[in-house]
Amino acid sequence: MSDETKTITLTVNGESVTKLVDARTHLVDFLRGELGLTGSHLGCEHGICGACSVRLDGDVVRGCLMLAIQADGATIETVEGLTASDEIADLQENFVERDALQCGFCTPGMLITAAELLREAAPKTREEIREFLSGNYCRCTGYHAIVDAVETTLTQRLEKSS
Amino acid sequence: MKAPKMTYARADSVAQALALLAEHGDDANVLAGGQSLMPTLNMRLSKPDLLIDINRLEDLAGISVEDDAVRIGALTRHAAVQRSPIVAEHLPLIAEAMPHVAHVAVRNRGTFGGSIALADPAAELPACILALGATITVESVRGRRDIAVADFFKGLFETERQPDELLIEIRIPCQRPGTVHAFMELSRRQGDFAIAGVACAAETDGETVTDAKLVYFASEDRPTLAANAVAAIAGKVWSDESRSAAMAALSEDLDPMDNLQGSAAFKLHLQRVLTGRVLDQAIERARAA
Repeated sequence: MSDETKTITLTVNGESVTKLVDARTHLVDFLRGELGLTGSHLGCEHGICGACSVRLDGDVVRGCLMLAIQADGATIETVEGLTASDEIADLQENFVERDALQCGFCTPGMLITAAELLREAAPKTREEIREFLSGNYCRCTGYHAIVDAVETTLTQRLEKSS
Repeated sequence: MKAPKMTYARADSVAQALALLAEHGDDANVLAGGQSLMPTLNMRLSKPDLLIDINRLEDLAGISVEDDAVRIGALTRHAAVQRSPIVAEHLPLIAEAMPHVAHVAVRNRGTFGGSIALADPAAELPACILALGATITVESVRGRRDIAVADFFKGLFETERQPDELLIEIRIPCQRPGTVHAFMELSRRQGDFAIAGVACAAETDGETVTDAKLVYFASEDRPTLAANAVAAIAGKVWSDESRSAAMAALSEDLDPMDNLQGSAAFKLHLQRVLTGRVLDQAIERARAA
């Protein structure tokens, strides 16, 4: 019952996938290498930078801190999936509008983390937004424009729903 | 880097996990949330022959109140502890510490029991459960046993848990009326490893701290209970003088280690500052109660 490889079946961005994986392969190497989903980025590979963030069964997690073999039976969403579903279209527009990215390496992780905050649909101060995004590094923008984009999206969504 | 070659077993029952631990002991690592284990695998700081994945053991997750204590299953995710109304009501010290435990994506996956079993000296939760006098239950094929938290943390990443034992649950006494709590931490970025930190559970009578547990983390090789600092203020009306006395006495309790976060002298200074602040807050809360 202990294996070096195993065939796993999981749902990625709404599609069922069955693949043989090595026990040692982490989830993002699997997504990038086996499925060609290169939106999830690998920065530090030890849980500090947040560029690898993906959704596991609805919650944002570090994709480099989980093995692919553990995702057997799970539902995974990547930035490609969130883009295709239009869930974060407004957030992405505001990122462009506010120049909330320069090199773009951190952006997928920022979007997925911000999507979790936006899902709560509750008013947040800039300080609270900063705290929520504190696990995602950006080395270009100085964060100000990212916080702007998230704040604007949240305000727009709250206005729309009221 | 990438994790080394290893084998993987998913435990579908506690009994199965215990059988694997009995067979492999030190050659196996238990994989719970993996938020500390996975980085060490990716950096090849650990090379287990076998990973025993316990993430499907739903019996080990959950929070309930039993006999004036809160029972937190070892596999309960940090995010669940942070959201728990039971924890907010009965364990306000832990509720206050939770936002400091890493970042949202890590809290969604990391587990309460994992943090206790790992015994990272910079971690918040070992300090909190030491301040609150918790009991830790471990189990192996040899049976189940309870360990008082005062006997649990043995050193740097070392605990009383034996290689064949699995952490099952932590029971923490509910906060009683007349006691107050306070928690403070200094870090570079919210959620990062602490540079200095203290968990405080105090019994007060008006303006007087009658007894307290002051536990310091991110200083020594394990969470440190400060007896001298408490003795310096116990039974005295809170004042600038008793604050200074507690801060001065701390050097008899605490001998911080240098690390990347700062020198020993710097850490002792910060812990002294936090001592004054945390006791100020405890007294404020006692006044308000």
